[in-house]
Amino acid sequence: MSRLGNLGARLYRGEVGYDFVAKRKLWYGISILITITAIVGLAVRGLNMGIEFKGGAVFTTPSTSVSAAKAEEIAEDAAGHDAIVQKLGTGGLRIQVSSLDTQQADRIGNEIAESLDIPARQITNELVGPSWGEQIANKAWTGLGVFMILVVIYLAIAFEWRMALAALIALVHDLTITVGIYSLVGFEVTPGTVIGLLTILGYSLYDTVVVFDGLKESSKDITKQTRYTYSEIANRSLNGTLVRSINTTVVALLPVAGLLFIGGGFLGAGMLNDISLSLFVGLAAGAYSSIFIATPLVADLKEREPQMKALKKRVLAKRAAAEAKGLSADDADGADEAALPGATATAGAVVGGQRGRRGRSTGSNR
Amino acid sequence: MAAPKKRRGPSGGQGRPGRALALILIAMVALTGGMFWSGHTTPRLGIDLAGGTTITLKAEAEPGQENAVNETNMNTAVGIIERRVNGLGVQEAEVQTQGRENIVVNIPKGTDQEQARQQVGTTAQLYFRPVLSVVGSDPVPTPSASTTPSPGSSAKPSGKPSASAPDKADKGKDDKATSSATPSASATTQGRPVTDALKKAPSPSATASGSPSAKPSGSATPGATPSATPGGTTPDAKVQQQFATLNCNDKQQRANAGKGVKPTETTVACGQNSLGQWEKYLLGPAEVDGKDVDDAQGVLDQQRGMWIVQMEFTSGGTKKFQAITSKLSQQAPPMNQFAIVLDGEVVSAPQVNQTLGASAEISGNFNQKSAQELGNILSYGALPLSFKEQSVTTVTAALGGEQLRAGLIAGAIGLALVIIYLVVYYRGLSLIAILSLAASAVLTYTIMSLLGPAIGFALNLPAVCGAIVAIGITADSFIVYFERIRDEIREGRTLRPAVERAWPRARRTILVSDFVSFLAAAVLFIVTVGKVQGFAFTLGLTTLLDVVVVFLFTKPLMTLLARGKFFGGQHPWSGLDPKRLGAQPPLRRTRRPAVSTEPKEA
Repeated sequence: MSRLGNLGARLYRGEVGYDFVAKRKLWYGISILITITAIVGLAVRGLNMGIEFKGGAVFTTPSTSVSAAKAEEIAEDAAGHDAIVQKLGTGGLRIQVSSLDTQQADRIGNEIAESLDIPARQITNELVGPSWGEQIANKAWTGLGVFMILVVIYLAIAFEWRMALAALIALVHDLTITVGIYSLVGFEVTPGTVIGLLTILGYSLYDTVVVFDGLKESSKDITKQTRYTYSEIANRSLNGTLVRSINTTVVALLPVAGLLFIGGGFLGAGMLNDISLSLFVGLAAGAYSSIFIATPLVADLKEREPQMKALKKRVLAKRAAAEAKGLSADDADGADEAALPGATATAGAVVGGQRGRRGRSTGSNR
Repeated sequence: MAAPKKRRGPSGGQGRPGRALALILIAMVALTGGMFWSGHTTPRLGIDLAGGTTITLKAEAEPGQENAVNETNMNTAVGIIERRVNGLGVQEAEVQTQGRENIVVNIPKGTDQEQARQQVGTTAQLYFRPVLSVVGSDPVPTPSASTTPSPGSSAKPSGKPSASAPDKADKGKDDKATSSATPSASATTQGRPVTDALKKAPSPSATASGSPSAKPSGSATPGATPSATPGGTTPDAKVQQQFATLNCNDKQQRANAGKGVKPTETTVACGQNSLGQWEKYLLGPAEVDGKDVDDAQGVLDQQRGMWIVQMEFTSGGTKKFQAITSKLSQQAPPMNQFAIVLDGEVVSAPQVNQTLGASAEISGNFNQKSAQELGNILSYGALPLSFKEQSVTTVTAALGGEQLRAGLIAGAIGLALVIIYLVVYYRGLSLIAILSLAASAVLTYTIMSLLGPAIGFALNLPAVCGAIVAIGITADSFIVYFERIRDEIREGRTLRPAVERAWPRARRTILVSDFVSFLAAAVLFIVTVGKVQGFAFTLGLTTLLDVVVVFLFTKPLMTLLARGKFFGGQHPWSGLDPKRLGAQPPLRRTRRPAVSTEPKEA
């Protein structure tokens, strides 16, 4: 643990770290690959839509001795087409018959009850017309649109438009990954999934916002110094908040994991499972994107600013000059710090900064 | 961010962390007390957890009436459905609009799901049908008694034609046909255009019952309803048969009378007369639709001192109404009546004495209640909405209980995992986090319990999920703050300054990210339907409470504990041990920049 704690400290001071920003091309590449995979998966395999979208019924029976295979036969006889039957942790059965309207579903429910010799009253049923899911999905799209617009406006005000844009791209990216995984693995898409997906919106941004907040802070007086370029500062800040990001993500994932475990293990399927599965996938994707995509994107966008370009020029010129004078990196740093005491975010050096400061700074801190 | 000096002032809540703590404790005690006082010590459970049936209906506007799906119409529809559901003797059934076009009907366990669906699913349909024949189910001579009062009442108003005339005149203005307005005005003059209807209906029925000339009335139909011709003879015979065997005193038969009949067909129906006796009607094809009624209300006619029901028709309705009244007024009783049929039941059968136009009134033996009720029915029937069943979910109490249990177990596991993680990672600090989580839990639970009776909040499965997910969000705020404190310590600060310096920065991060969370929840809540709303609501509520708890509980508690020995002394197990955190030895070189950050974070 103390090791971990130390790691946190060293990350915080920038003694160790990973150059997320400089390797952004790699992450972008990976993300583009994932996105393409998701799109291809979606195009080829499509999504496994639940009964809410096709119309149909789910019947849940109390504990019964009838086997799942037998129940499947009964249900298929009644419905005239495929049925999916699962045995639940409670000993009951979950019988799912799709492509029905509510009227037919009702009839089939009664038939099943009769065949299984269970009073119809004891069977839980969920009958859904084919347009119900569509309505939920439409609303979800509206929600998504409204939320994105509002959040971009908010982030543009609270931070700046570049961050808002990057956050938005990261968000879309999360949704793509999630949808891609759903289409590739073939998880069923239900309103529960949609709920989960929409929740990811808030959560993924939560993470991103925490990172951006740190970035905003450490890049405040960036133009008043000449030691680091924006990208370097961004990376520093990212590393500094890494522990926090990981912790918040882990803590968010734990309860969802609990839900997933219980929803999947105990109840077999249903709302709990649907919500938690999409949350789990989405949260993990969100953590990835806020570290690997959002911040590098901001850095990219920022580096296009004339101010930042000028800064970069100054920084590089200074470094070149220092080298030309034959000063060691250490000396240069020292001089720099003396000259500009308030300049850098916090002590130490940028990890992965071009000059290989890692070694130096770790050494000097020991 | 303002300079830290400024920040330090207020957050120098250092001086009064006790106050904030006292405040939130009082709030908690008050909420808990309120919860026990109100007797609602558990959150109200949704159908999916307690068992019961949920029916979701979607309003569908009829072609050309796309604007009909609006708030007023939806609320009226909710009113109708509520009456129907409660007519089943259901306790605590609730009917609510959800989103712009959905109505959700929640029927608690133990009711006949089938019947409920039937009642709820059918469209509120109002038709004006010509009466072909009326038979009292048990021909009692008493109706004659009711005959007497109604002429009495009609005699009186007929003396005051002028009084009602202006009334009609200014109503006529919203109708294009001035000509039709005039006749209606004159009609009123006569007393009751749609004469002493409602109440008079029983008496002819009594007479009619003497001569159950059902067949002849059938032959009369063609005259009244040329549109019925396609209906032809065969259905007529069938309907005659139905009419003959119908017994309106039987609830089952009553409910099924005229089920599934198209408006263009002849049908049978039951209705109650003013004495509460059931009568059966043989009715011609619908001539006027509920949606042809523009507006209707029960009003007190000041001049006559009696309750009447005023109706106004739409322009299309005016034409139809004119046509039917001109036909009916030529007929002899009982065929000079038209029946107002709502959902297959005759709610009124006024007589017609003359041709009427854009507006009309029904008078008779009304009291305030009955007049307003008929007015409402006519307005309800004016709803151009029909509803389509979107989903029907019936959950047995057993499964509901199981799901609740599963949800709670999942929550407990989630909470345990979070606590274990916090304890392992933050050690002593986790105590503060756990206490804060507990405070948050108490607030959430009591508020949810109180919201049940207050706004009808019901905890459903997605809401439980929301609450579980919220554990993570709440704990995140603590992590943000703790990490900040630890960062300060890493820079070589002692605990108390670290706690205070970390706060403004953590506070901003928490507020910004909680705002985003809340925004997501609010948008979800507003634009979505069904189960999503419960989820969004819980998420929004817990996000708000998170802010409250962090500000009024976590931070003051942290300040307070920082003064104590265990945390203040940065005990190795406190999670704040500088050595473990790898704090910089207070060398000049490393401290300088740390101090210099002050203006930056500001």
